[in-house]
Amino acid sequence: MRRGGWPDMAVAAPALCRYLLLLAQEHLEFRLPEITSLLSLYGGQFSSQQEIHVNSPFWILNIPSEEMARGLMKRTVCAKSIFELWGHGRSSGELYASLKSYPVDKMLPYLQSDSTYKIHIHTFNKTLTQAEKIKKIDALEFLPFNGKVNLKNPEHVFWILEDYGMDPNNVPEEPIDLYFGRWIADGQRELIESYSVKKRHFIGNTSMDACLSFIMANHGRVKPNDVVFDPFVGTGGLLISSAHFGAYVCGTDIDYNTIHGLGKASRKNQKWRGPDENIRANLRQYGLEKYYLDALVSDSSKTIWRKGMLFDVIITDPPYGIREATRRTGSQKETVKSAERSTENHIFISSSYHLSDIFFDLLKFAAEYLVMGGRLVYWLPIYRPEYTEEIIPRHPCLKLISNCEQMLSSQTSRRLITMEKVKEFKDQDQNSYSLDGQYMPYKGHNSFREKYFSGVTKRIAKEEKDNQK
Amino acid sequence: MKLLTHNLLTSHVRGLRPGGGFPLRIQASEVRVRPVPFNAPFVARLVPRLQWAALLQAAASLGHPSELPPEPAPDYEADEEFLRRLHHLLLEVEVVEGVLECPDSGRRFPVSKGIPNMLLGDDEA
Repeated sequence: MRRGGWPDMAVAAPALCRYLLLLAQEHLEFRLPEITSLLSLYGGQFSSQQEIHVNSPFWILNIPSEEMARGLMKRTVCAKSIFELWGHGRSSGELYASLKSYPVDKMLPYLQSDSTYKIHIHTFNKTLTQAEKIKKIDALEFLPFNGKVNLKNPEHVFWILEDYGMDPNNVPEEPIDLYFGRWIADGQRELIESYSVKKRHFIGNTSMDACLSFIMANHGRVKPNDVVFDPFVGTGGLLISSAHFGAYVCGTDIDYNTIHGLGKASRKNQKWRGPDENIRANLRQYGLEKYYLDALVSDSSKTIWRKGMLFDVIITDPPYGIREATRRTGSQKETVKSAERSTENHIFISSSYHLSDIFFDLLKFAAEYLVMGGRLVYWLPIYRPEYTEEIIPRHPCLKLISNCEQMLSSQTSRRLITMEKVKEFKDQDQNSYSLDGQYMPYKGHNSFREKYFSGVTKRIAKEEKDNQK
Repeated sequence: MKLLTHNLLTSHVRGLRPGGGFPLRIQASEVRVRPVPFNAPFVARLVPRLQWAALLQAAASLGHPSELPPEPAPDYEADEEFLRRLHHLLLEVEVVEGVLECPDSGRRFPVSKGIPNMLLGDDEA
C-alpha cells in the first residue's frame, strides 16, 4: 500500500528561498535526521547552498515554500525558530551589503506604513548590553522600514542573529556570522515541558523523556491517520508523541501487570499503581484518547498478527534485559519475584532469549508488517569500546536512514536507529539475515548485556543478600 | 479490544495449517460501545487492510448486525454513510470481557478489562 492521505505540498521546480533555522543546542546528533525526515514528510528535501555545521545552532536551508517551512515548525522539537533570510555575512559590513542586494519587492510587503513591527536581537555565545543592541538596530536604518514600531504585539518581527562561535572560553569581540531575517514560526519546544514525564499519570521505570519521544516520532515520519505500533509498549510513553501528531496507536507488552497497570508503582513515595494507571488513561490525560486503538499482552517474538502490511510506523524501545519467553499461570510467584528485581533501567526477566534475537526479530517483523515506505525507529544498546557500524542489524527489505548516539556512561550508550521499508517482504526474506554473513556481527554483541549490566548485577546480588539479613 | 484489532489478530499456536487460526471466534460476556470522534480519512485508509468477511462475522457474533455491504463499494472513500457505519464497528464497539477462540486448535485467549492476553505456554508456541 502506498503512504496516502498526506497533502502533497511539493511544487514542480519551485524557486527555492533561503531560510535560517535556529536550533536548540541539545541532542545535536538527532537534529539533522529530524529536519531531513520532516522536510521529506512535506514533500521537500534537505538542501543547503553551503555546508551545514552540524553542531551549530544556525543552519541556512533552501525550502520551496513558506508553507513547507511552517509545516516543518509544526513538528520539530529540535529547532526553535525559522526565519526568511534577508541577509547574511561574516561581518556587519558583509551583512549590510547582503541586505542591500536582497530584492526590495520581497521586503516591501512586510514594511508597509500601515503595519507594525519590531526588531529582536539574538546572540549565541555572548550577551550584549542594551546600548549595544540599540546601536546594532539603529545601524539598519537604511532598510525601508515604513511601519510603526510595536514592541508588544507587532505584525512582523525581524531578527538580527549573531553567532560568536562554539567556544565559551574564547569569545571573539565581533561575531563570526551575522544574519537578518523575518520571523516565520517557532518550533514545538514547549511540548517538552507540557508532556514532561514528571507530570504524566502512568509511568514505568524506563519511560522515555518527552523530547526524545517526539524526536522518535519525527524520525519515523509519523503523520495524521497513521497506525503506529510499539511491540514493547510498556506504559505507552512512546505512543503519546505519535498520537499528538494525529496517528492512531496500539502496542503490546509481555508484562501483564504493566499493560493492566497493576503492581508496584515506579514513582517514589507511591507503593502501588492506582486503578486508572494504564495506556488509555495516559492518552486521556493529554486529550488524545480518541487515538487509542488497543494494548495487548503478548510476547513480541511470537507474531499475533495476520500477514499483511498493517502498520505505517513501528516505534519502540526494546528491553535491554533478558526477556521472559512465556508467562504461565502456575508461575505467578516466580514472576512477581523477577519483576521486583527491577533496576533503574530495564526489568530483568529470566529466560534465554538472546539480546541479538530481539533486534533481528524486530527487523523481520518490521520488514513484514510495515507498509512500503513505512519506518522502524528503535533504540539499540551499545557497549562503546566494541562499537562498529557493522553491528547495526540489517535486513534486505529495510534501508538504514539514520543512526544517532545518546551517551549513557563512558562505556555505554544507545543508538536511535531509523530504517525504512524499501522492498516488499517475501517469505524467502524471512531468515535471510541468519544465512547472510553480513548480518551476523551483532551476534557477537550478546555479551553486551553481561558487560552493560555487570555493575547492576552485582548491586542486585548485594540487595538480595541485604534483604535476606 | 476493538473490532479493528480483532480483524488483524490471528492465533499463533504451534502446528496450525498455513493461514490457519483466523479469524478468532469471539465469545463475549461484556461488550461496550464507547463513542470515538468520526474521522473519515482514517477509516477510509483502513479499508484495504481489512478482511471484510471476518469483520462482518465478528460484528454478527457480537449481536451488532452490521448494515454493511458484503464487500466495500468501489467508491467507498466518498460514501460517508458507509464510512460512519464502518467507523462505529471498527472503533466504537469493544469487547470488555470474554474469550477469543482459535478456530483451528480451539485454544482460548482471554480478554479481561478490554485487554486480550495472547501469551502461550512453552509447549504451545
